[in-house]
Amino acid sequence: MDRETILSVHDLDVKFTLRGQTLHAIRGVSLDLYQGESLAIVGESGSGKSVFTKTFMGLTDANGYVDGGSILYNGMDLAKFTTEKEWRAIRGREIAMVMQDPMTSLNPLKTIGDQIEEAVVLHQGLKGEAAKKAVLETLAQVGIDDPERRYKQYPHEFSGGMRQRVVIAIAVACRPKILICDEPTTALDVTIQAQILELIKDLQKKYDLTTVYITHDLGVVANVADRIAVMYAGDIVEIGSCDEVFYDPRHPYTWALLSSLPQLGVKGQPLYSIAGTPPNLFHEVKGDAFAPRNPKALKIDFVERPPYFDVSPTHKARTWLLDPRAPKVEPPEHIKQLREQGVRLRVRH
Amino acid sequence: MARYILKRLLRSLLTLFIIITIVFSLLRLMPIEGYFQNYEKMSQTQIDLGLAELGLDQPLPIQLLNFYTDLLHGDLGVSNKYRRNVEVTQIIAEKIPISMTIGLISLGIALAVGLPLGILMARSTRTRYKIGDKLGTVFVVLIQAIPAAVYYLIIQFFGTSAFHMPLRANMNEPITLLLPILSLSLGNIAYYAMWLRRYMVDESNKDYVKLARAKGVSAGDISRKHVFRNAFVPLVQFIPTSVILTLMGSLYVESLYSIPGMGGLLVTVIQRQDNTVVQALVLFYAAISILGLLVGDILMALLDPRITLGKKEGGR
Repeated sequence: MDRETILSVHDLDVKFTLRGQTLHAIRGVSLDLYQGESLAIVGESGSGKSVFTKTFMGLTDANGYVDGGSILYNGMDLAKFTTEKEWRAIRGREIAMVMQDPMTSLNPLKTIGDQIEEAVVLHQGLKGEAAKKAVLETLAQVGIDDPERRYKQYPHEFSGGMRQRVVIAIAVACRPKILICDEPTTALDVTIQAQILELIKDLQKKYDLTTVYITHDLGVVANVADRIAVMYAGDIVEIGSCDEVFYDPRHPYTWALLSSLPQLGVKGQPLYSIAGTPPNLFHEVKGDAFAPRNPKALKIDFVERPPYFDVSPTHKARTWLLDPRAPKVEPPEHIKQLREQGVRLRVRH
Repeated sequence: MARYILKRLLRSLLTLFIIITIVFSLLRLMPIEGYFQNYEKMSQTQIDLGLAELGLDQPLPIQLLNFYTDLLHGDLGVSNKYRRNVEVTQIIAEKIPISMTIGLISLGIALAVGLPLGILMARSTRTRYKIGDKLGTVFVVLIQAIPAAVYYLIIQFFGTSAFHMPLRANMNEPITLLLPILSLSLGNIAYYAMWLRRYMVDESNKDYVKLARAKGVSAGDISRKHVFRNAFVPLVQFIPTSVILTLMGSLYVESLYSIPGMGGLLVTVIQRQDNTVVQALVLFYAAISILGLLVGDILMALLDPRITLGKKEGGR
């Protein structure tokens, strides 16, 4: 694919210091983000998906730091940024974020209008009446009726779904190039989730945004993503187009993750769950991080970390199974079914 | 809102009534020896005469009824010990400005020092060694842990011996008020600093602060427009409480420095069993306390849009 790269992460390491110990949260991750695409980063809790994207905005917690690698954006290396001032040129203006819980991500003591206006004033350079007009327009755009009245209201007068619309309005009002949606629908009612995803898609088209979704909900992924990156233990283990990862997954972890889909469950039988727990990232991981939980792991999986093997020009996975010398291990039967049936993952619409 | 305030005021009257009735009755339970200086040498007739003069010869309910009838006419009676036959209202009117001046100055100082100290401590929690926070915490813990009466004496001792400050306060010489005002402020400074720090730390870990950062708002603006503003709201509740604490502190501090205010007066009149003045002062202190709590609630409602007064009365 010859699409333009907007953000390029290379070999990024992020570490945290906790009580004198070092936690290696992101272990040498590389990723190219293409202009205008939507990328979904999936993985279980603690796999580092949030931490990874937060480093793009310098929002890692105070005890976290980048320990090598680069994040190239617009000719700048964000990984080298240290001062608040440098970051403020990126935050909002270039990369904006929609956070998980709309119930807490708005200031309860400020009107909705004020909070959006803060972004408008900062990033669109408008003031007074013009700023207010821009706020009202944005409110209408994110589907809030009667913006004139809503403008003066406080967050507690909004429902969860409406608040998430306001949070999205704030992000859009910054006029960013990249929009990071950190579990944008997790805290919402199921009936609202689809609406919010639809809204983000619309705005993406309208403002030519590049979006990154962080989620552990594969239903969301199937709805919105062009590409999927699967993260495990601070590393991207497989990345490819939506169809490739869903219908031709290659990494054992992706198999396991897909097997956990409730849609694949057989009536009367317990749902699939992955045995064991993710590795402790306080210790350096040896070999393939997933090997201890993988019943079909090869010997080399415990010894050496696999490189990426290309499956197609757009699809690669980090597993020794793809090495030409590896024994042939077939994905579980139901994963193949997924392909054959084209399982109706996109049921939400 | 107006309805709510009216309701609260009516309920406050009931509270006042109960307080006054209790204090009034307790005072009448005191031994009558206290009313006379040379009780042992007095004859029964003299004693009866004296009691009648003080209005103590009647049954308690009648005394109470008389007291409330007078009170409704704005008559608090006359002092019968402290300054014989002088109107109680007049005595208090002379004292109020003195106590209020000292109280308000020390409260102002407490706000002016306590709030910045709290902000400083909260900000320091984000730095590497948190030195400001640690030093501030030592100060707060010391002040909170040591009984006020003890550090009042320490201040008086060192102030007078090491810095040669006068022991007696004189309202016309501001420098002499330094020690009493310092004594009264310390507690509130620690109080404000502690709570503001705590609320600011709480607020700055909230999601909306993260969103503000992600929006690109500068650290200073976040601190001012979001964190301080939101942390200040729960603090407002405490301001009336600290007014009350200051008043209580002044009881002791005023007698320590012989300040001719109400605090010293209350101690004196209780010792001398001057019932009318004691009642009037208790009434005054109770009224101020109740008013303070009401003002605190109203301020909260004004500052926090989520709080509405009046609706859902039962919830409060």
